[in-house]
Amino acid sequence: MKEAEEGWDLVIKPQAKWYQLDLAAIWEYRDLLMLFVKRDFISVYKQTLLGPLWYIIQPALTTLTFTVIFGGIAKISTNGVPPILFYLSGITLWTYFSDCLNRTSNTFISNSGIFGKVYFPRLVAPLSVLVSNLIKLGIQMLLFLGVWTYYLYTGDTLKPCYPYFILIPFLIIVMAGLGLGFGILISSLTTKYRDLTFLVGFGTQLMMYASPIIYPLSTIRKPEYRHILMLNPVTSIIETFKYIFLGNGILNWYALLYSIVFMVILLLVSVIVFNKVEKSFMDTV
Amino acid sequence: MSDTVIEVEGVGKQYRLGLVGTGTIGHDLNRFWAKIKGKEDPYLKIGDLNDQHQKSENGWVWALKDISFSVKRGEVLGIIGKNGAGKSTLFKLISRVTSPTVGTIRAKGRIASLLEVGTGFHPELTGRENIFLNGAILGMSKSEIRSKFDEIVDFSGVERYIDTPVKRYSSGMYVRLAFAVAAHLEPEILIIDEVLAVGDAEFQRKCLGKMKDVAGEGRTVLYVSHNMPSVKELCTSVIVLKHGTIHDTGKTHDLIPRYLAETIKAIESTDGEIPVNIDRLNTGGARFTQIHIMSEKLVPKRVFHFKEKFIIKLQIDILKKLERAAIYLFICNPMGETIIMATENAQFNCLLFEQGIYEINVKFEDVLMPGSYNIELLICDNKGSSIDCIQNIKGFQIMKQTRTNDEEYPFVPVHGYILPKTHWNINKL
Repeated sequence: MKEAEEGWDLVIKPQAKWYQLDLAAIWEYRDLLMLFVKRDFISVYKQTLLGPLWYIIQPALTTLTFTVIFGGIAKISTNGVPPILFYLSGITLWTYFSDCLNRTSNTFISNSGIFGKVYFPRLVAPLSVLVSNLIKLGIQMLLFLGVWTYYLYTGDTLKPCYPYFILIPFLIIVMAGLGLGFGILISSLTTKYRDLTFLVGFGTQLMMYASPIIYPLSTIRKPEYRHILMLNPVTSIIETFKYIFLGNGILNWYALLYSIVFMVILLLVSVIVFNKVEKSFMDTV
Repeated sequence: MSDTVIEVEGVGKQYRLGLVGTGTIGHDLNRFWAKIKGKEDPYLKIGDLNDQHQKSENGWVWALKDISFSVKRGEVLGIIGKNGAGKSTLFKLISRVTSPTVGTIRAKGRIASLLEVGTGFHPELTGRENIFLNGAILGMSKSEIRSKFDEIVDFSGVERYIDTPVKRYSSGMYVRLAFAVAAHLEPEILIIDEVLAVGDAEFQRKCLGKMKDVAGEGRTVLYVSHNMPSVKELCTSVIVLKHGTIHDTGKTHDLIPRYLAETIKAIESTDGEIPVNIDRLNTGGARFTQIHIMSEKLVPKRVFHFKEKFIIKLQIDILKKLERAAIYLFICNPMGETIIMATENAQFNCLLFEQGIYEINVKFEDVLMPGSYNIELLICDNKGSSIDCIQNIKGFQIMKQTRTNDEEYPFVPVHGYILPKTHWNINKL
């Protein structure tokens, strides 16, 4: 049997090995990945007046809302950081995570038209989502950096930690990995059991409240609450981000390590599941 | 051995009938248990063959079963069979859209599959952008597409609109652009599923020509179609699928007449009744109910003398009023090629049909050469979409002898099909 498989470029069998992740094939399709990104970018903002400006309007309005409701009405402390900057920093990073999660979580269902007709490494589709959201994040970071610079020169409440700026790309990568991991895991499970699709939308919304977006982690005094919050792998990323830019947050290396380990394991599991599902999802979707 | 580029070995694909998605947790657990205990998947043992006319005994069906064949480099393999015989499923397996339940498929070289034209076209993107996107989906690299871009645009003939979003395209332009991209793929193995069923006749010819070129370049092509003439023109060998298994296989010119003869619809000459459930393409507006083949003196006959006139009488039941429709009667040779297309008037005008039953008499002059012929009936609307169509109805035979026996067609092989009315003027100079 072994010899029979030599000399063939492609062997299709009912069950692929679970660890069979063909990264080389994904690399071969990098052009497709970039074209998907371009498609997403063009198609979303064609026939809109403001175009990519919407990328800025969304976090700006959310920040204003949060500032009024949580800062003004509910009077939740921001530890002395200007509320607008505080909320904007959390929202910017959180939006990237939740967008990645939401948009990759229906990979199979929204692409079933293409997937049902042509083969290409299926991971290209969710990976392209990460990249197109990265562009969006870039634009939103510009907004954030603008506001941040304004406060940096007009007040003295900010104590940015410049040497740690080198950590920023890495924080974004972990966020991307978490979003992708959760997303494709959900997308794999929803091909057969659609129930999860109902959960994704409000699930991420609920998760936002379990992340230090509208409150600083340091204001949570009760240890049991804090432990629960630290279980959320996003928590330490956002806190670190705030620590670096605002000088106000908790930088805990163990917590960061936890997030990374969480991400790696999640990615491994989800890619294995994804790989298994992609072989035959057309029969169930 | 080294010439074989695709090898399919014992491939089967099982589907569950009925609703998918609910109540499968139980099955999944069952499978899981069997796996843990090292037993065979309990659901692989059951399952009916894929015969759609029979009710299934249990909820499982084999869309394909025990499929084994191999394809050599440069071969153009046609796959034919009735709707639901498993052709598309087989193609989906080879193009890796879904995986087989059992068996192995091996291939050498890059495979590109065209199960549909324009996969992944985005309506908001321009023609240019869609060429790149679609090309990449089909497996081309950006530089590859760029180098063929002009050729693609030229072939599609939509140069003027190349920077217009494709949502503004007419459906014809859309399809032409989509096929143009696909036609410029250069894989070692090309899988095509009836994409020729689109576009106007001229474009279809262009496509067929392009596919012939592809095959001529020594690349391997797998082709699924209902269209016998195109299969005959393109393919070197053919596989017939029936109920999900290989029913027949062979060289094209042997197999197609055999296949047509096997699937021919014999209709009793006594009452000429066409069963309602006969294999037909029906959209519900009308139905052919009777066909009689008769001599000039209205005697039912199936064998005619050479140069004898004959009449084909049809009955059609118009189920709802048809504003503009046309009825065509095709006479085909045993290869399934149309020899004669007969219609009510030479202007190809459409007629108005009220609800009710119509009887149509078509009288043929002495037009056909000796041989056997089959019939295809078609009623369509003014856009050419079929309302009712029955192909491959058993027709009649024309002998070599004339009626009076004083004259006979002189040659052993019959040349051509039509006896033309020509006027010859031969002068010695």
